[in-house]
Amino acid sequence: MPLFNARVQVSLRPSVLDPAGEATRAAAGRLGVSGVQRLRIGKAIEVDLEAPDRATAQAQLELLSDRLLANPVIEDWQLELHEAG
Amino acid sequence: MTMTIGIVVFPGSNCDRDVRWALEGCLGLPTRFLWHEERNLSGIGAVVLPGGFSYGDYLRCGAIARFAPVLEAVREFAQGGGPVLGICNGFQVLTEMGLLPGALVRNSGLHFLCEPAGLEVTPGRCHWLQGYGQGERISLPIAHGEGRYQADEDDLRRLEDEECVVLRYGANPNGSRGDVAGLCNRAGNVLGLMPHPERACDPATGGLDGRRLLAAALG
Repeated sequence: MPLFNARVQVSLRPSVLDPAGEATRAAAGRLGVSGVQRLRIGKAIEVDLEAPDRATAQAQLELLSDRLLANPVIEDWQLELHEAG
Repeated sequence: MTMTIGIVVFPGSNCDRDVRWALEGCLGLPTRFLWHEERNLSGIGAVVLPGGFSYGDYLRCGAIARFAPVLEAVREFAQGGGPVLGICNGFQVLTEMGLLPGALVRNSGLHFLCEPAGLEVTPGRCHWLQGYGQGERISLPIAHGEGRYQADEDDLRRLEDEECVVLRYGANPNGSRGDVAGLCNRAGNVLGLMPHPERACDPATGGLDGRRLLAAALG
């Protein structure tokens, strides 16, 4: 069965305050990088998945992203999918 | 048959024994621990999801717990009108399960907060809060890093209109929208709150404002 590599990028929805991102932005200023206008912290999740075809892999990863990896109340997600090899 | 209060124990729960002490030791109510793989809720008259760090809070608070076998049974129990109480991590689990709307995210000030919190109670239909007066002010301890309630404007307005916001912070400690400290479902049987009523039941450790809430379990 073909193997697929996926990367799911989970980010806080723009309307949700990201205090950890704000604290990191303040630290950037103390490092001397003063121009940082925006810094938001998310997660990148790497998944290797076996599936009979690309469409099935896509559907399963969408389910996984929407129901487990991200909480749509507070987070958005984006999926990148590649066939391995 | 005498009913028992089920206290769910996930790997990483750490307030399960405190809840047992409050219910049994302080209030004289019978309890039974429900391991996360348990599916049988016979004889259970109320369920408490205690605080802690279920499954290490991996991914998001409550995100992995949501798939625990015991929670399938708890969902049915709640849908059948059984009283369910989620405290702190238990509240986070209830939102991840979709039994209560919204989500709980990192405190706006980033700090883990461990302090007494002044609360205003609006019991409405909430089974667990019938022992409190409308607008009564109480104090319960909070202990959380991710207790900032988050819901969009429409959901928040609907929750207000339906009188589901039953516990509100006096001085909002964590940036919760609508000063939400605790939420009830529309039916009134499911309550989630960030403060710890089980830590306010024993005269040896301070306030007693949590007693009436826990005493309602089998009430």
